[in-house]
Amino acid sequence: MTVNANYPNYQGPVRDRVENFHGNQLVYVMWERHLLFCAPLTFLADPNMSFSDFLNDMLHPALAPHPESQQLRFDDAKWRLNGEGFAPRLEASLINNGIDHKSQLRLITPCLSDLADAAI
Amino acid sequence: MNAKASKRLNMKERYRIMTRDLAWESSYQRHEDIFPQESFEGIKITDWSQWEDPFRLTMDNYWKFQAEKERKLYAIFDAVSQNNGQMNISDPRYLNAVKLFITAVTPLEYNAYKGYARVGRQFGGVGARIACQMQSIDELRHTQTQIHAMSHYNKYFGGMHDFPHMFDRVWYLSVPKSFFEDASTAGPFEFLTAISFSFEYVLTNLLFLPFMSGAAYNGDMNTVTFGFSAQSDEARHMTLGLEIIKFILEQHEDNVPIVQKWLDKWLWRGYRLLSIVGMMMDYMLPNKVMSWAEAWEMYYEQAGGALFKELERYGIRPPKYAEQTVAGKDHVSHQSWFIFYQYGHATAFNTWVPNAKEMDWLSEKYPDTFDRLYRPRFELLAEKAAKGERFYNNTLPQLCQVCQVPLAITEPDDDTLLSHRDTVYEGDRYHFCSDGCSDIFQNEPEKYVQSWLPVHQILQGNCGGEDMEKVIGEYYRIEMGEDNLEFEGSSEQRRWKQWKQAV
Amino acid sequence: MSRVFIALQDNENSRFIVEAISEDNPGAEVKHSPAMIRIEADNRLTVYRQTVEEKLGRDWDTQELQIDMISIGGNVDEDDDSFTLYWNS
Repeated sequence: MTVNANYPNYQGPVRDRVENFHGNQLVYVMWERHLLFCAPLTFLADPNMSFSDFLNDMLHPALAPHPESQQLRFDDAKWRLNGEGFAPRLEASLINNGIDHKSQLRLITPCLSDLADAAI
Repeated sequence: MNAKASKRLNMKERYRIMTRDLAWESSYQRHEDIFPQESFEGIKITDWSQWEDPFRLTMDNYWKFQAEKERKLYAIFDAVSQNNGQMNISDPRYLNAVKLFITAVTPLEYNAYKGYARVGRQFGGVGARIACQMQSIDELRHTQTQIHAMSHYNKYFGGMHDFPHMFDRVWYLSVPKSFFEDASTAGPFEFLTAISFSFEYVLTNLLFLPFMSGAAYNGDMNTVTFGFSAQSDEARHMTLGLEIIKFILEQHEDNVPIVQKWLDKWLWRGYRLLSIVGMMMDYMLPNKVMSWAEAWEMYYEQAGGALFKELERYGIRPPKYAEQTVAGKDHVSHQSWFIFYQYGHATAFNTWVPNAKEMDWLSEKYPDTFDRLYRPRFELLAEKAAKGERFYNNTLPQLCQVCQVPLAITEPDDDTLLSHRDTVYEGDRYHFCSDGCSDIFQNEPEKYVQSWLPVHQILQGNCGGEDMEKVIGEYYRIEMGEDNLEFEGSSEQRRWKQWKQAV
Repeated sequence: MSRVFIALQDNENSRFIVEAISEDNPGAEVKHSPAMIRIEADNRLTVYRQTVEEKLGRDWDTQELQIDMISIGGNVDEDDDSFTLYWNS
């Protein structure tokens, strides 16, 4: 459907085009059923960064305040990318893993502590 | 009727003479040139004279009653300031709700003033034009009286100093701002459906009744007085809201599906916006009047239920996803406070973990959810704070493209999984908090691809660079350590203790 | 059946208006909250000018109700002698 405007061919600027992020792109990460961080996190990342660098240099430090971050092993985790099952290639870049601008990754970990009871 | 009343014109005659008789039929310009926005939305009006104002309020009486309201209101403001009214509030934490009010709600009143002034110009019927004119003046009065009421507190407390500036920039204020700008950029009939009906009739009771009663219960005489003075106008606006909907629906059957789509959209938009009010009631009022869930039952489920039953005769059904708001009433206030608590370094007010007594009240009011999900969270936060590790979330949240609220609200049928929807439109991916917001986008994608999402704007470098301290301090003008952060140990708490000792 | 309601500021004027409403609408239920009074009834509730004038001991215009009223639920029908809230459904 389209906007019912009072002149034909109404269009506005797409405010979050990848070109507006100066060579970087946005990647969102939801740690499923871990709600200490109230919402999925937004990262500004170089699309050519390797997935393993993204995990170790960006995601893991960001999750440090969570009490389970010490037990968190990415090797044991499952992933979903934009709603589909996803097996990341660690040394490949984000973009070569299919993680493009405004993609959402979901991190699914086994039960790590009894904080899971309240989805913390 | 007594002799005195019969000497003057009765209300109906006065209304006819003072409104309808002031209009004229255009003779040398075409109707559609004078009112160029009247038809593009698809709404068909066949007879403007059917428009009814049940209050039959005329301008002469309008000024008389409004002047009386103002006299009463300003006498109270004077009394409060002459008697150090700020010292009578229940607890200095309470004032944080007032800070949120002036930054988030008062600018909406100003936008409503502009909105009614604009759409009032666009209607071919004089009854509608006069009603919009009065409401426009009312909304300007609300803006002014709220600023006057809160200016007294601004002398003693932080967070209120730059409210219009903050409204245009601060991340969470983008939620009310984008809500109203969505309505203001719609056509005149959608604006009335959005603001007069969905917002004023269905939802503002939730803001102005239980919350204002709460202000009274917490010793804030200025807020309850401006709140109820504003609400005395709202009672008139609400009635017009209902009449407007009935009028549009009665004019032509083709109007029904258009109005239904707007009702679906604006109930959902308003519901998301009011999650802030839910948190004000459950977390920011130290003396509680009623819980958010109770208020939702009374003012949406019961009052709204009666209303939508009334509209069935026109072929209108209750708004889509209304059942999700009922499931959500036990969650949204907790989830909202939790957002503000963890981003408490980027708020123009203090945040805190509820104390033991407050948590017990929440357990009692939310038996199915609080002890299971939210108490453990707050206990962990209290434990961290006690160790000197007060939790601040230093990452940025993913936001909904439509309502702009962080994706912090759980699925209606799975309360440990965050609700998330997405779609790809013309090669770009867009994310939403719910089916409701996703539908709104799908109906008008060209509008919402333009959303000014605060997180994305920061990351594009449009808010003063990548240093968050600069974004918060210089771009938002939230003074670090004065306006924001934890309440325990805050300047606000320290000053309050000094004042109390000095008395 | 649906409930109509009117909410009034808890002030000196309203005290008499509430008395008048209670007298004229026997089924009406009066609920007090901090600073406000809410009156509910099944389907219909009417405020009569004459009763309010008797209680207040002075002339009273039905439109004066707007000064003390803070919310309503229901369709409105107002003339010089009365103010009625009602649902059709």
